[in-house]
Amino acid sequence: MQTYQPPLRDMRFVLHELHGSDTLKDMKGCEDITPDLIDAVLEEAGKLVTEVLAPLNPVGDAEGCKYENGVVRTPTGFKDAYKTYVEGGWNGIACDPEWGGQGLPASVTKFIEEMMCSANLSFGLYPGLTHGAYQAIVSHAPQELKERFLPKMVEGIWSGTMCLTEPHCGTDLGLLRTKAEPQGDGSYKITGSKIFISAGEHDLTENIIHLVLARLPNAPKGVKGISLFLVPKFLPKEDGTPGPRNGVLCTGIEHKMGLNGSATCQLSLDEATGWLVGEPHKGMRAMFTMMNSERLSVGTQGLGVGEAAYQSAVAYAKERLQGRALTGAKYPDKPADPIIVHPDVRRSLMTMRAYNEGCRALSGWVARNLDLMERSNDPEERQNAEDFTALMTPIVKALFTDLGFTNASMGVQVYGGHGYIRDHGVEQYVRDARIAMIYEGTNGVQALDLVGRKLPAHMGRYLRSFFHPVLAYIDSKLDDENLGPLVGPLGKAFGALQLATGHIAEKGLKDPDEAGAAATDYLRLFGLVALGYMWVRMADVAFQKRAEANGEAAFYEAKIATARFYIDRLLPEVAGLWGSIKAGKAAMMALDDAAF
Amino acid sequence: MKVLVPVKRVVDYNVKVRVKSDGTGVELSHVKMSMNPFDEIAVEEALRLKEAGIATEVVAVSIGPAQASETLRTALAMGADRGILVKTDATVEPLAVAKILKAVIAEEAPRLVILGKQAIDDDANQTGQMLAALLGWGQGTFASKVVIDGDAVLVTREIDGGAQTVRLALPAIVTTDLRLNEPRYASLPNIMKAKKKPIDEKSPDGYGVDVAPRLKVLTTAEPAGRKAGVKVGSVSELVAKLKDEAGVI
Repeated sequence: MQTYQPPLRDMRFVLHELHGSDTLKDMKGCEDITPDLIDAVLEEAGKLVTEVLAPLNPVGDAEGCKYENGVVRTPTGFKDAYKTYVEGGWNGIACDPEWGGQGLPASVTKFIEEMMCSANLSFGLYPGLTHGAYQAIVSHAPQELKERFLPKMVEGIWSGTMCLTEPHCGTDLGLLRTKAEPQGDGSYKITGSKIFISAGEHDLTENIIHLVLARLPNAPKGVKGISLFLVPKFLPKEDGTPGPRNGVLCTGIEHKMGLNGSATCQLSLDEATGWLVGEPHKGMRAMFTMMNSERLSVGTQGLGVGEAAYQSAVAYAKERLQGRALTGAKYPDKPADPIIVHPDVRRSLMTMRAYNEGCRALSGWVARNLDLMERSNDPEERQNAEDFTALMTPIVKALFTDLGFTNASMGVQVYGGHGYIRDHGVEQYVRDARIAMIYEGTNGVQALDLVGRKLPAHMGRYLRSFFHPVLAYIDSKLDDENLGPLVGPLGKAFGALQLATGHIAEKGLKDPDEAGAAATDYLRLFGLVALGYMWVRMADVAFQKRAEANGEAAFYEAKIATARFYIDRLLPEVAGLWGSIKAGKAAMMALDDAAF
Repeated sequence: MKVLVPVKRVVDYNVKVRVKSDGTGVELSHVKMSMNPFDEIAVEEALRLKEAGIATEVVAVSIGPAQASETLRTALAMGADRGILVKTDATVEPLAVAKILKAVIAEEAPRLVILGKQAIDDDANQTGQMLAALLGWGQGTFASKVVIDGDAVLVTREIDGGAQTVRLALPAIVTTDLRLNEPRYASLPNIMKAKKKPIDEKSPDGYGVDVAPRLKVLTTAEPAGRKAGVKVGSVSELVAKLKDEAGVI
């Protein structure tokens, strides 16, 4: 059975105890964000996702979206759930109060995002896309467009999309063909076809605001000739209500491996009216504002599904009676022991738990930097936070989604044959989690972004935002009585990261294929070290708190035990990755294309 | 018309309750606590009266430890206007609760008091009735429908074998049953606003109420585990056992 309760205790640990929430209120616009308010918000969000969204997760999977004559119907219950979500004011949670949002910091909203992904990933995509579009409009659109479109998008009665992909152009947007003809009145007529448009057509909102990449006449070739346009499904009337239908039509939806409740649309634009967002030919820049935040959100999807898979696996491991513990019966009164007694089942459960809690901590750290980047009063702190976020974005996206898929698959393994059949619902997690490794830039592209853009940027300046605090922390804790056994292996893994970084910088400069061949292993190595750092810091807090934990000692003891598991059993993968990186591209690139 | 809604902080309905090892009660430290679900229904009903333009102010009151202010915040986040916390760390029995509420009512002068028919922790189902008796007001318990009609309230009650509608002169006491309504989710803007709504802090002493328990808990124990059953070989054997051993047919 799909089992999910929001991990509120762990969220509070990350937010309050690990990263310290008391300083949030010093940031711009966060004056009222106190710990008790945060707890109240998380709790109510938790209620909504478990009672309203989670029950629709298997429904959305089984029914999928229905397409008929240009109209898309979402699965049973999605419409009512969306209404409840919007009426509760949750859609604008992270948006600027100027446009009707609540302006809560990412440090808080990231957890709500995670809960939604755990409860119902397909559902979460609809508001998720609106938020991405909101960000591009807020950052790049002229005031007049903002005033016309943002309030309704923030409220959630209008939704948004990002239209990038075309049938012949996915990762390489330079090949894009959709055209935009200026009409002389400030508007454009846009013509072309787009595919893989999530939430491109549906019945949840009265209007859909598409952000479309297209080329102006005589635009330069490649990515430097792409502009961004806002194209509504219905053209708003003077009074702001939806008016005549615009020339953008849904011509079909995809039948996918998973994420069935989310409508993935083919759109045909036929002289559709649109307006320019940002400067001509600078569409990629505007789109990347949105993509960077979307990439972090996709990382959260991996974590969210991984957490749901973990909880479902734990529930089953405790109730499924099969065989006896290797060391003799542990529950002699029962016909067999629950499978949680077996070391191999423990291995799965601990791995899932260690990845999830590690990712949650890292997600909290990145979220804090997102807040600092936007809200700190200190320009140096803002710059450092921006560097850190830029560096960590591809890591969060690729590592979290890789681990999310691993966790979903492990969850099925714990269920045995019962996991492979549909009734238990855990195979859905595997299918749903799989896409997150692909969209918003495949994980291979993320690795190239890390190695090719983020490492060399400003002579390696981004790296300092991670390397310096980690190195200083390791140095300061080497002799710590409690932490010593954890810090030692972390220091070694960090050493491997430094060596691998130097190796790639040197080899990659001479031969880009060398950097390309190392990229995926390097990203994972980097990510595992980052999780290792989070785990030692969590253990640090837990050691300090367990003495005065009255009644909660078990929580902190579990943290410490899980930290040990991560450092002892999962972090050693770093050595293997470093070995692969050192081996270089030779064997990987040896065969002729024809030999495949 | 002012409406008063007493709300109780109880163990969350999702928590699997454990008996303390010394048998003095159930384990309450570090378990999730929430508003009694019947009280949520009471808050919802009061808010609907306010939205219908009948109630002018909804005041939530809770009696309990400092943390009961979180329960009041929940009521405020749902839409109640202000809160009153009568702070005490003692175990407060229904009679003491009713006496404190009587004193609060004397100060606040509500025309209607809506409260849960019982709390899911001790399931006493007494406070509303005791309060009505102390005040000498009419009571409509186990309400599944509440309609204000001028100076009276029509309460449809869930009773054995059906429904009964009573007409009570205001002021009156209503206790809620499950079918009365489905409580709303607190909206995000209201959660943020709730922080700024006032909560007055009072004490049982201030109202001159002695909360000392009148009842003594001898012991608290888990229900006995279920005994192993037997497999019957045939329908006739089953019927025979039901007749002879169980005596149910």
